[in-house]
Amino acid sequence: MSDVPDAGGSEMCFMPGHQLKDRIVAREITSRQLTEAVLGRIELLEPGLNAYVSFNRDAALARADEIDRKISTGEPTGALAGLPVAVKDNMCTKGTATTCASRILESFIPPYDATVVERLLAADAVIVGKTNMDEFAMGSSTENSAFGVTHNPWDLDCIPGGSSGGSAAAVASGEATSALGSDTGGSIRQPAAFCGVVGLKPTYGRVSRYGLVAYGSSLDPIGPITRAVRDCAVMMNVIAGHDPLDSTSYPKDIFADYTAELDAGVDGLKIGIPKEYFSEGLDPEIAGAIDQATRLYERLGARLVDISLPHTPYAIAAYYIIATAEASSNLARYDGVHYGHRSDKGDDIISLYSRSRSEGFGDEVKRRIVLGTFALSTGYYDAYYMKASKVRELFRRDFRTAWEQVDCVVSPAAPTAAFRIGEKTDPLQMYLSDIYTVSANLAGIPGITIPAGFTSRGLPIGLQIMAKPFDERRLLSIAYAFERETDHHLRRPEAK
Amino acid sequence: MRISREEVRHVAELSRIELRPEEEETFLSQLDDILTYMDQLNKLNTDDVEMAFHTWDLANVMRKDEPRPSLPREDALANAPERTRDAYKVPRVIE
Repeated sequence: MSDVPDAGGSEMCFMPGHQLKDRIVAREITSRQLTEAVLGRIELLEPGLNAYVSFNRDAALARADEIDRKISTGEPTGALAGLPVAVKDNMCTKGTATTCASRILESFIPPYDATVVERLLAADAVIVGKTNMDEFAMGSSTENSAFGVTHNPWDLDCIPGGSSGGSAAAVASGEATSALGSDTGGSIRQPAAFCGVVGLKPTYGRVSRYGLVAYGSSLDPIGPITRAVRDCAVMMNVIAGHDPLDSTSYPKDIFADYTAELDAGVDGLKIGIPKEYFSEGLDPEIAGAIDQATRLYERLGARLVDISLPHTPYAIAAYYIIATAEASSNLARYDGVHYGHRSDKGDDIISLYSRSRSEGFGDEVKRRIVLGTFALSTGYYDAYYMKASKVRELFRRDFRTAWEQVDCVVSPAAPTAAFRIGEKTDPLQMYLSDIYTVSANLAGIPGITIPAGFTSRGLPIGLQIMAKPFDERRLLSIAYAFERETDHHLRRPEAK
Repeated sequence: MRISREEVRHVAELSRIELRPEEEETFLSQLDDILTYMDQLNKLNTDDVEMAFHTWDLANVMRKDEPRPSLPREDALANAPERTRDAYKVPRVIE
């Protein structure tokens, strides 16, 4: 243990997961020591951060002891052996509340584990808690949580991004080694960028959605939020793969090892720079950091190619029609009868439904349900839902054309760094902040954001890389090529 | 206006969402802004474009029709806000 200077303190809370796991397995540190250190961070920082909806010290430590016992008896252990992992509170955890940061699910205890949770446990992870989010993943700032906003660890007056803001803030502040998020329109990538960590949105179908509380079913994948690209690849080894319980889970091109090509480098690679992602509204400091990043890739042997993704300006409109239409249908299940909040003011079945839903859902959720119902309603279906679904096809074509010219596309993750809590009160302005991330969801392609610098105010800047469907291994190797040449990912927010 | 007050009220009712008068007012103006923004899609000609629903072309996904145990009744009912012995309880539906 001599090489861990601060074994009981915060030092190991900031080490990448793959290094910690090696030390645990080599018995240089125990999972209990690491888990206690992480719980210590949680107890110290949560009053200011609010990254978790719930955490359970006793259960986490009991689990850590179980993994330590396994190691000491020489039993084989999984890829996440003993690592404290956080799970976004929209993934079902058997016997542990899964609230979706909504009043309507405040007391919901799932009777089963989501497939990803089962896989984390099978890989010997220690689940420390459930992270805060925008209610039902509807938002870009985590301000829509029924349990209070999460604060950005780099500046507590700023939002952490959303909707997986709790997961990103927890990883950035050493309150978890890695985390899971879900990304319907940027909800992994944008908070990862705002909190200075790595976030991967896998190809649609790559990771099972079984047990993920549904929002926009044709858009939502689950993915990792980590401090290092390698950790992201290791997490994919655990959570990716076909699942018969999810009919949209992809049965082919299964990778056994997402770390296999990490060192492949970018020599000879063609990197697309889409001009639409560098236009009006992009903060000059962000543009500068992305420009430096692309020049680094050039020095590493990649060729930069100017390309066009011409439909980009239409992404927000198409996305918010499709996402809200799907949400309006998915959220019909909350009826005050089967589970979740039930109003005591419903005297007939219809008013029971309406009262329970109106008391249980927050404003943004109601707005999206109403908007989505409108987009699907008689007389408006053609103009909104059908139109948006056709435009979605144009996004698939945009990217297919791009792949004929380049191996990946590089862009900012968001037009600005993290904004202030309360700064965006108009829903449309909030939607517009997703401009660089929603296209990947419409097209279903994988995207990753990695730390690429800091603004003059000290807020993290994220670089987004997108690749062909099912090309995550190349995506990870491109991200890793940047990470190993830079030290942005090593900076830590000051403990408050 | 892309949406009228009556339409907001009607769609909210279809969605089983009750809006207070002041919420109705706010939603009306917000939804109108959002729908006005969405109208830009009409600048695109999509006459010969198919609707896309998925990333990869997904055909019907089948599985063998084999009996398997389902969630035990007690587990399924454990989250019910109100129940009678083996069932969910709702207000009287038929008079």
